[in-house]
Parts: sequence; C-alpha cells; structure tokens
Amino acid sequence: MVETPKVKIQANNFNVFFGKNQVVKSLNMEVYSNEILGIIGPANSGKTTFLKTLNRLNDLDDDFRMEGSILLDGRDINSQFDVIDLRKKVSIIFAMPLPLPISIFDNVAYGPKMHGIKKGLDEIVERSLKAAYIWEEVKDRLHESALNLSGGQQQRLCIARSLAIEPEVVLFDEPCSGLDPISTAKVEEAMMELKKKYTIILVTNNVKQAARVSDRVAFFLMGELIELDSTEKMFTNPSNKKTIDYISGRFG
Amino acid sequence: MNSRVSQKIAFTVLFLSALVTILPVLLIIVVIVKNGISAISWEFLTAAPTNGMRSGGIFPAIVGTFYLALGATAISLPLGVMGGIYLSEYSKDNMFTRILKLGIVNLAGVPSIVYGLFGLSLFVIYLKFGVSLISGCLTLAIMELPSIITATQAALHSVPRSFREVSLSLGATKWQTIRHSVLPHALPGIITGAVLSNARITGETAPILFTVAAFYLPHLPSSVLDQVMALPYHLYVISTQIPGISKSTTYGTALVLIVFTLSLNLFGIILRTYLRRQKKW
Repeated sequence: MVETPKVKIQANNFNVFFGKNQVVKSLNMEVYSNEILGIIGPANSGKTTFLKTLNRLNDLDDDFRMEGSILLDGRDINSQFDVIDLRKKVSIIFAMPLPLPISIFDNVAYGPKMHGIKKGLDEIVERSLKAAYIWEEVKDRLHESALNLSGGQQQRLCIARSLAIEPEVVLFDEPCSGLDPISTAKVEEAMMELKKKYTIILVTNNVKQAARVSDRVAFFLMGELIELDSTEKMFTNPSNKKTIDYISGRFG
Repeated sequence: MNSRVSQKIAFTVLFLSALVTILPVLLIIVVIVKNGISAISWEFLTAAPTNGMRSGGIFPAIVGTFYLALGATAISLPLGVMGGIYLSEYSKDNMFTRILKLGIVNLAGVPSIVYGLFGLSLFVIYLKFGVSLISGCLTLAIMELPSIITATQAALHSVPRSFREVSLSLGATKWQTIRHSVLPHALPGIITGAVLSNARITGETAPILFTVAAFYLPHLPSSVLDQVMALPYHLYVISTQIPGISKSTTYGTALVLIVFTLSLNLFGIILRTYLRRQKKW
C-alpha cells in the first residue's frame, strides 16, 4: 500500500506577469514533503520564475505581478506569511555560486546572525558545512575568504549557508550549470542526502541530472506545466508528445 | 597619404594636445614653487601675521582652513551618505526621484559664489549664526553634499546585485542587507569620493567670503561662532588689498594652499588604491 504523501507546497491557478508578458500560465501543482522535485524545460519556460516566487525574491522586481495563490503548509505565502519568516523557511541556491566576499565562517553564519542568533554559531557552522559535504575540505581554513574556494566548493558552501538558517524547503536554481562533472556529482550527492530532512525543488537544464536525483519531474514549456509524474514514468513512458520530444532532445 | 604618415600625424597631434593640457598645470606649480619656496620657514608656518600682514606667518589661516575642511566634512559626510543610500536603495524610480537625482547632479555645477550668497542669507542672516565658523562649515558642507551623494550612489551601484539577493534570500531585512552586505563593500568608493570633494572645497574662496573669513585675526577661534582666517581668502586679501607686500609672501601662501589641497588629493588617491586592493571580487 502506498502512503499518501504530505503536501508541502501547493500552487493554485498561479500566474506570473512581468510587465505585459505572462511567464507562468495557470499553474496547478503540488510539491510533497521530503521529495526532490525536478523541474525541466527549455529557456523561458518559467521554471526559475516559479522557483523565485516561492521565497518571494521576485518581489524585488518592480515589473513582477502574480495571480492565484501559493500555499506553504496550507498558508498563503503572500498574505499569511511575513516575507522574512517565509525566506527563513524557504531558502534558495542560485545558478552561479555566490559566496559573499567574506570568510567561509562568516558566510555560513550570516543568516543566523541576521536572525539575532549570537550563541552556538560555531556548532551551526560546523553542522551546516557537514550537511553540505564540505566540512572536511574547509575545516582548517574557516577564516579564509570564501572566494579562494573552487567553484564546486563555493556552491557547496552556498548550500551550507542556506542550511544554516534551518529551512524546510531548499530551492536549487540550476545549481550545477557552472560546475565540472566531479563537483556536480558532489552537489548531487549532497542533495540526495538533504531530502531526508528537507523538501527540495531542483530547476535544471540538465535532463540527465533531473533523472539522476529527482523523485518526480515536472516539465515546463512556455510558462505551462506540460506534465508532472514520477521520474521513472517521465523518462520511460511520458504521456505527452512534447515531453517525449524534449527529453529525447528534439527541441529545447 | 599612406597609412604610416597618417599614423605619425595622429600620434603627434594627440601627443601635443596632451602636452598642452598638462603644461599650464606644470607652469603654475613651477612658478609658485620658484617664487614661494623662499618664504617657507618655521615662523611662516607657525606664527600669526604681523606688520599689516606684510611679515610674520600664516598660522591662523592654516588652522582656519583645517577647521573648515574638517567641519564641512563632518556635516556633509553622514548626511550625504544617508541621502545617497536612500536615493539608491529605497526610493522608487519615478518622476519625482528622477528630477531629484538630476537636481543633485546639477547642484555640483552651481557657481561657488551662489553657495556663498546662499550661506550668507540663510546661516549668517536668517539663522543669526553671524559670520562664523559654523556658517562657513555649513555653507561648504552644502557645496560638498552633491558630490558626496553622487559618489555614494555610484559606490552603492557598483556593489553586485547578487549580494543583495543572497542576503535577502537568507531572511535578512532590507536594512540588514544594506548595513552588512552592501555598505561595507561600497565604503572605499564613498570615502574616496568624500576626500576628493573635500580637497576641492578646501581651495574655494567664494563660499567663505561672506560666511566666515576674517580679514585679519591673529588669534585662533575659541568657539564655532568665531570668525577664522582661511588660506584662500587670505591669499586673495594679501594679493589685492595689501600694498607693498613681498612677492615671496604671496607666493609662499599660494604654495601652502596648493600643498594642502594636493596632499588631500594624494591622500584620497592612496586611500583608493589601498582599498581597491582590499576588494576581493
């Protein structure tokens, strides 16, 4: 018997506009607790826009406008959450590794410090770096600049920094697009481990990556959700012709 | 005309243009140093003027200019930086703020005598501060503000947008983001801008003419409501109002003024080079 998964995030008739352009069109979908949901699709398909809406980073853009609703644990992220509290629960890893130009330690401690945590920072930093599989590589040089790390290390540092605020959902926005295969493997390994504790949404241009790490995969095209199903079904027997075309590399 | 000849002509014309631009500056410095160096002595730098300013030193004017530069910056730096932060980080991009920003840029081009008259009417007369150190500092501060605001905005603008996104995405508030992730990285640019604009106003005569400068005041100010002597005005006075003054005294005063502002400039440039090296991205 299959256990009914717990819904973590729910999008209801969700639309996004930038100025006059509609970039996400009447999206209805659910993300389950402790799964890795992969989102694939060609450029301009609305994947990243959807992702950035989930912790309201799109609010920074004056042209941004949305309709419909997104619920996190059943609460509307716009009307029933303070934006700061929302971002503590939903953290994001950007496409490029973006360490702040401060020490490794200060990068990881940044979030907790901003939330007023002064005690136990050492433990938080160590725990977060371990969870992102980078502790062994940096434990002897925590007070060196984060910019001295390699690209792959920087990205795992950014993961550690996100985990330090103890989020519930971690968003990955093409986290491996600038990384070599070995670094990519390490980031993926970290992700697989993370889903035990967190809900993960992974936007990726790399279809194979989605196949490797996701539990379920959503295919976006031109702002619409074309298909959403288990990874196995999506890659062996998708029901939509467009999905077949994209996955087999016929467009996009 | 073949390409080699045109290349030579272009080089010559460009070289001469560069030479012509730099020549007057060099000449000014050479003439001032040549005529003024003989006046420079310990007494000249540390004593008050005597004998109707024909002999003695220029100490009160040096101190006055120092106070004015310090006071003006102490007022305009915090104000300008805060204004710059507001305009760059908080204000919405609409007609009003665009006009405001345009106005600030244009204020930097207002003739200094206009600032002087403004200071006279607002601080000296209307606010009854009288001709005093405080009126002079405020007038110079207002003159310095536009360039500090502009430097602040430019420095904030040069901080990558991604720093802000990262900070906000970690649940920091907007103010925390500015305070911890933007301002520290903009500080080199802001400080350099402030030092350089300070060097510029230090040499100004018009803004202090009616607001603070004393014709002859051999003692140092004891409160902010006192008048002070100042180098640029003192130079103006001794070159136009004092008959029979020795040439070396006039040029010596000019030399001190130039060294004063050039060292401020130099300090700004060294500071900028140093802080840029600290910059890690």
